[in-house]
Amino acid sequence: MRILGIESSSLVASIAIWTDDSITAEYTFNFKKTHSQTLLPMLDEIIKMTEIPLDTIDAIAVSAGPGSFTGLRIGSATAKGLGLAMKKPLIHIPTIEAMAYQCFSSSYVICPIMDARRNQVYTGIYKYDGEKFITIMNQTAMDIKDLMDTVNGLEDEVMFLGDGVPVYKETIEHLSKQKCHFAPSFMNRQRAGAVAALGANYFLEGKIESAMEHQPDYLRKSQAERELEEKNKE
Amino acid sequence: MEEKDIYILAIESSCDETAAAVVKNGREVLSNVISSQIDLHTLYGGVVPEIASRKHIEKINQVVESALNEANMTLEQIDAIGVTYGPGLVGALLVGVAEAKAIAFAANKPLVGVHHIEGHVSANFIENLDLKPPFMCLIVSGGHTHLVVVKDYGEFEIIGKTRDDAAGEAFDKVARAIGLGYPGGPKIDKASKEGNPNAIPFPKAKVEGSPYDFSFSGVKSAVLNYLNRAQMTGEEVNYADIAASFQHAVVDVLVEKAILAAKEYGFKQLAIAGGVACNTTLRAKMKEACDKNNITLYYPSPIYCTDNAAMIGCAAYYEYKKGVRHGWDLNAVPNLKLGER
Repeated sequence: MRILGIESSSLVASIAIWTDDSITAEYTFNFKKTHSQTLLPMLDEIIKMTEIPLDTIDAIAVSAGPGSFTGLRIGSATAKGLGLAMKKPLIHIPTIEAMAYQCFSSSYVICPIMDARRNQVYTGIYKYDGEKFITIMNQTAMDIKDLMDTVNGLEDEVMFLGDGVPVYKETIEHLSKQKCHFAPSFMNRQRAGAVAALGANYFLEGKIESAMEHQPDYLRKSQAERELEEKNKE
Repeated sequence: MEEKDIYILAIESSCDETAAAVVKNGREVLSNVISSQIDLHTLYGGVVPEIASRKHIEKINQVVESALNEANMTLEQIDAIGVTYGPGLVGALLVGVAEAKAIAFAANKPLVGVHHIEGHVSANFIENLDLKPPFMCLIVSGGHTHLVVVKDYGEFEIIGKTRDDAAGEAFDKVARAIGLGYPGGPKIDKASKEGNPNAIPFPKAKVEGSPYDFSFSGVKSAVLNYLNRAQMTGEEVNYADIAASFQHAVVDVLVEKAILAAKEYGFKQLAIAGGVACNTTLRAKMKEACDKNNITLYYPSPIYCTDNAAMIGCAAYYEYKKGVRHGWDLNAVPNLKLGER
């Protein structure tokens, strides 16, 4: 089984090919260039280097949000275009879940946070019970203070990761009732390897969708929609 | 030896239409699928970029597959993928660009990025097999008002443009001010039919020293001032008369400058392109003026005037023939200039 993983929900652009329980190739880029300029050249590079025929890929796993609206759409449109041309299904991977999934067997509760601006984070709460990956709270957008209330109600110590950490580290340390942990550099951002590996699990569970059906999960309405709803309430 | 037929699959998502088309040899449209979002944006009185982008991603695969199916073609039979990469709304453009690149990559086809306005100009080639460069072209849309010499396919010399608002933009703003709403162009066109175009003498702006440049902010402000004054004095206004008089002022300037340019540059062929080329008064007045001056007028059918992918396929074909190919790092360029690569 072979899964292509695509990740572009934040500043990180990442592409991976997962083949039968190992990662064949992974290219991760965390720098200023736009995903539109990096994502497909990275895939091209991987395919050229590995000489893996595209038709041996069984499905395309895409980090489907939350995250930067534009970033998500570039990843999503790339996956949809590939799926259309390759006639292969897509796998919709919740971004926060894939971030937590890479912290295999951590004894801490895992809490990825992405900066969602306006004092909010995109987050979720997960843990490993030995090798078993458990969701405590599904991914959502919430106020950082509300998240800390939730986290403080948990018995276990918590490890935070994601691009929300540099933004909210002081707030977290200030509000936390217990010792906080922050994931190290090699596992504190999105990675397509984790998206593809989680994608393989989803694929085996039959959780796939057509390229036509797929769309990102923004977890947030557009500003114009929110304002219109507010106006209609008044 | 007979030349091989060239089939282009084209994608357009620069504003509020998700569109795909298959075009044969640049002039024969085999399919032209458009998923319009106009109803969605009407709620907001104009195009909301984030909503447009979300709708594009929702519809894009469906539109591309319909375009292939209606053309009765498979992706394997396509020679190249054409896509609009600017100008337009960046988030909206990116959906089409990413989709087109991924399809071209996976299907192993060349990628040809197309300038949206070059697409609008090329829309004239679809139904006018006799039209060939060079000719004079007036481009009028929500974002552009240009007078260009089309020197060759994809080669333009801009001889005049608007100094402020685009003609279509002025239509939208005036339509909003008189309560007609979005989209302004067709609504003013319709309302004008009930009004008197000579009722109110709105100014026909000239740009000093630049015979081919336009300015529409003056006429727009004049309409807004007229409305304010009427409101303050409690005077009743006739919206149909305002629409007709405003349209008359804009159309007169467009016609006058386009005809002057065609005559001065010695062209016997004049084309109009862009969404405002749909305007019935503009078409009628331009035809009248062309006939008087022995100039042949070209304009696309309404379906090819507003945003569509067939025109992008047409433009992509001529770019493809010239050897233009884009890489996998092609980005959306929201303010792409005409004639830039």
